[in-house]
Amino acid sequence: MIINHPLLGPRDAQEFTYLGDASLINRPYWLSENALREFHDYLHLRDNPAGLHRELWFHEQGDRSWLVVTRDTTTHEITKVELARDVARVNRAAEVGA
Amino acid sequence: MKYSAFRLIKEALTGHKGWGPQWRDPDPHDAYDYVIIGGGGHGLATAYYLAKEFNGARIAVLEKGWIGGGNVGRNTTIIRSNYLLDGNEPFYEFSLKLWEGLEQDLNYNAMVSQRGILNLVHTDAQRDAARRRGNAMILNGSDAELLDTDGVRAMYPFLNFDNARFPIKGGLLHRRGGTVRHDAVAWGYARGADQRGVDIIQNCEVTGFKIENGRVLGVETSRGFIGAKKVGVSVAGSSSRVMAMAGMRLPIESHVLQAFVSEGLKPFIPGVITYGAGHFYCSQSDKGGLVFGGDIDGYNSYAQRGNLPVVEDVIESGMSLIPGLGRARLLRSWGGIMDMSMDGSPFIDKTHIEGLYFNGGWCYGGFKATPAAGYCFAHLLKTDRPHETATAYRLDRFMTGHMIDEKGQGAQPYLH
Ligand SMILES: Cc1cc2nc3c(=O)[nH]c(=O)nc-3n(C[C@H](O)[C@H](O)[C@H](O)COP(=O)(O)OP(=O)(O)OC[C@H]3O[C@@H](n4cnc5c(N)ncnc54)[C@H](O)[C@@H]3O)c2cc1C
Repeated sequence: MIINHPLLGPRDAQEFTYLGDASLINRPYWLSENALREFHDYLHLRDNPAGLHRELWFHEQGDRSWLVVTRDTTTHEITKVELARDVARVNRAAEVGA
Repeated sequence: MKYSAFRLIKEALTGHKGWGPQWRDPDPHDAYDYVIIGGGGHGLATAYYLAKEFNGARIAVLEKGWIGGGNVGRNTTIIRSNYLLDGNEPFYEFSLKLWEGLEQDLNYNAMVSQRGILNLVHTDAQRDAARRRGNAMILNGSDAELLDTDGVRAMYPFLNFDNARFPIKGGLLHRRGGTVRHDAVAWGYARGADQRGVDIIQNCEVTGFKIENGRVLGVETSRGFIGAKKVGVSVAGSSSRVMAMAGMRLPIESHVLQAFVSEGLKPFIPGVITYGAGHFYCSQSDKGGLVFGGDIDGYNSYAQRGNLPVVEDVIESGMSLIPGLGRARLLRSWGGIMDMSMDGSPFIDKTHIEGLYFNGGWCYGGFKATPAAGYCFAHLLKTDRPHETATAYRLDRFMTGHMIDEKGQGAQPYLH
């Protein structure tokens, strides 16, 4: 697989390590009323879709940035690559706005 | 039809014209007492034991493709009872005991071969871990022997003993472990279940559940609605997809695992060898092919095929352990979709929906579990209580803190 890094261009996926579903960016609030349940779900439960999957990859042997890669789990085709930082900012803005 | 030597001679003399199909190909009825989703090893074994041991009546197995087309027909066929933790080892020991009597029980040649499994160690720390695991195995009624370098050399003189980085310092030998002809397991259970009245319905994909007031009433399928009092889901790599139709999210990710087989060679590896310093394990099939594999590819996948980096990793590890491997040509490689759980251990449990039961999360090790998983799932379906060897396989164990993490890796499926 080739990951088209937003800053560095196309890179071999072997330079990266994989973490998992990009929902891991959205850590629950530790003081929320249902924190125990929310952290349980956050850490252990997954949508695990067959099809488009947004997931976190770490450019360990490169610029050490975290990326959010949109990849089809049935074909391995990668359709979108974003900096995880940008995704987190958008998520945060949506949260604050809501 | 019963298989026997007498029958074989009779058929040999009459042109093998009397062998009928091994199971029927029935159309689905409107309703059953038990519907098992998934015609892999586990689903078929569940139906078999449900009918045979638990007097279950009106049972159907629904399979979206053909039986044996999933992981049961894609694995590297290793069976063993060499786990460390209390939640696991009694279960796998129960499974190995069922394997030992399986062929007589099924009247079917599944080529169960207890040729021994050797886990190599390369450091002092690994030897200590092997000794601890061996003791845990023996405490649970399994067998284990710790070999030193000479002991390993006597069995497998061709290994790379003096590798500068990873010298072989011994190994943990589990003599009752071995291999089984994987397709024959699916076929044997299918035939046994069919003989006891189970309907095995192929080309029948489950596309939804009918759930009312928190109770399951049946399943929607590509061949119409089928009513059921109890539904058992046993679909391995498709677990998340199927349970999502019941509105559930699981502690499971689907990952691809690859395997490889070489051209046929004269017998040279009598047992199963696992490398302690790389992702590689190997055995030799009765046809002579070297059957080997390594680690999962490490990212979510439903593609049933892997990528080249893992191919390279497995072959490199293999070459560093068995240099002679380089002379063999690779015949085929393939992949299967693993239901990787968050602690590397499986689930055999009820769900919060009345009448809906789940068996899955078997990671890359569910083949050896086939008999016991079938038995324990049938026990749960019939009695609503877990079998005594499967009490730890709960879906809520991450909430209650009772994880069964053999490797101590935490909630990271790609590392289990
Ligand atoms: C390369 C490889 C090597 C392995 N090596 C080993 C090993 O050496 N030892 C070991 O113990 N384990 C091994 N495993 C793991 C083992 O094969 C699996 O854990 C086990 O086979 C899973 O149970 P099963 O046989 O029931 O699964 P499967 O055979 O996959 O059965 C599940 C069935 O469910 C069906 N299904 C899915 N969705 C639906 C639906 N909606 N409706 C109807 N049917 C559906 C599928 O078509 C499939 O036939 C290996 C796996 C792989 C891929």
